[in-house]
Amino acid sequence: MAVTLSPPRLLPSGDAAITVEFSRNIDDTANQRVLALDRAMAKAPVLGVTETVPTYRSLLVHYDPTEISFAALGEKLLSLAKRPLPPTTKSRRWRIPVAYGGEHGIDLEDVARTLNTTPDEVVARHIAGDYRVAMIGFSPGWSYLSGLEKFLHLSRRQSPRLLTPAGTISIGGVQTGIQCIAAPSGWHLLGRTPVRTYQLHREPIFLTEPGDRITFFPIDAKTFAEQDRAAEAGEIVAELIAA
Amino acid sequence: MSKLVVSSIGPASSVQDGGRHGAQRYGLTPSGAMDRLALAVANTLVGNALFAAGVEIGPFGAAFTARGGAVRIALAGSSRNADINGRVAAFDTSTTLADGETLTLGFARGGSFSYLAIEGSIEGEPMFGSLAVNARTGLGSPYPRPLQAGDELQTKAASSRAESRIELPAAATGPIRIVLGPQDDEFSDQARALFLEAEWKISPTSDRMGYRLEGPVIKHLHGHNIVSDGTVNGSIQVPGNGAPIVLMTDRGTSGGYPKIATVISADFGRFAQIPAGTGFRFKAVGMAEAQDAARQFAKLLHTLPDHLRPVESFDLNIEALQHANVAGSAVNAVDAGTWQ
Repeated sequence: MAVTLSPPRLLPSGDAAITVEFSRNIDDTANQRVLALDRAMAKAPVLGVTETVPTYRSLLVHYDPTEISFAALGEKLLSLAKRPLPPTTKSRRWRIPVAYGGEHGIDLEDVARTLNTTPDEVVARHIAGDYRVAMIGFSPGWSYLSGLEKFLHLSRRQSPRLLTPAGTISIGGVQTGIQCIAAPSGWHLLGRTPVRTYQLHREPIFLTEPGDRITFFPIDAKTFAEQDRAAEAGEIVAELIAA
Repeated sequence: MSKLVVSSIGPASSVQDGGRHGAQRYGLTPSGAMDRLALAVANTLVGNALFAAGVEIGPFGAAFTARGGAVRIALAGSSRNADINGRVAAFDTSTTLADGETLTLGFARGGSFSYLAIEGSIEGEPMFGSLAVNARTGLGSPYPRPLQAGDELQTKAASSRAESRIELPAAATGPIRIVLGPQDDEFSDQARALFLEAEWKISPTSDRMGYRLEGPVIKHLHGHNIVSDGTVNGSIQVPGNGAPIVLMTDRGTSGGYPKIATVISADFGRFAQIPAGTGFRFKAVGMAEAQDAARQFAKLLHTLPDHLRPVESFDLNIEALQHANVAGSAVNAVDAGTWQ
């Protein structure tokens, strides 16, 4: 069934990048279109385009303005974005171990209180989720996931923390995510994973790709410690379920 | 094998090159020199590739000593006092440190960053094709952090090539040019006008990730939370407190605040050099002008070697140099009146 797709907005990000915006909001169809345009550009590279950065709702296209103009690239992008979405491609799925609560997830109890439920219920709902990597950004490997159920939607903290640990699994607004390296964050920390979504000197350096499916499963503190050591040594401790 | 040993150095000084590109989709920050033209000028003077790794030196002083052999260097970017064992080291001119000699640099004057290029560049292990330091992610080589006293930069012994200097067209001045967007529609006409009319200053709390601007409060139309999207060098985002932040080369690859405008690529290095506390203004330009400026900037970068001159004819060209108002310290070097 052919569906008419509204054209994206072409927003200038200076003279060397265009933001191709499909929606202003977090929107699953918009994210699918972002990823489809990203794949289309990977398959048939446009001269002058230097790199593309998919996000929830837009594709940022970096280009060299000495090779292609805003107008010419914009036209090309609009025509690519007009194409109907390809049938849903099978995506690979990662099962990510998480040590929830306690020292690994210092906000779990607060989150449960705010949501008027128990920590166990928060964990049960978080692991029941079927998530997709909507974008990777901010710092290396930081995977922003879509698919968080409404019950767990929660405003960000009033005061962001200046440093949150590597491997943090957190929720913020309508999103959940896997943070790879220690970084500031205003999200609520539910747990930690030993999985490194980014690790230098490992093959692959980056584990997750935009579009990958993600589910979480709980592990205890002892398993976390063991897997953390293995991961530090370069092992990929996530389970990959091929597409 | 020669090396340059860091004898002393202030904060905000690190090894930088053209940066690491192609992995922003995985959240990898590009980093790289804040003032690409200045790095390219310094590299050209010593015969390196335009964006070979050099030392980006922040506002404070520094000293480097050659060990194990002679080391050819060149300085460009923000001027500052520079001497080698008592003789003046001119900016925009290559010079050679004999084994054991020390290059001593004062505070930056009129800018924020100077670039020290070393003939043969700096030995290191590239990460994603770059030695550029990004301290937050622990990337960069030979040290994944800002430089400290005692650090050693391995390089090649100075070749027998002649020293050279460079004569460039007068640097651009005037307001920093921006292109509005991508989220200028998150602001009222009045807020955009205020942004364009105001005199801004760069806050001393700025760093390689972002320059915080001091000036009027820029209010949003619909609040300050947008869904995160991609950033570029020069993105001007406006967080909840209405004080804009210009994202610099150590920026996060995505951000969740509305971006009112973007500094054009040709003016990014000039913007990066504005010292904290110095007033400046923005000027909105259309895409055609911004891209024309980008083409001119690229042309200048790629014709830098054409501007090289042998050092021997140096004193014959002092007037021309003064007239062009470039290479401030090169003039200082022979004019005791401007040397302090």
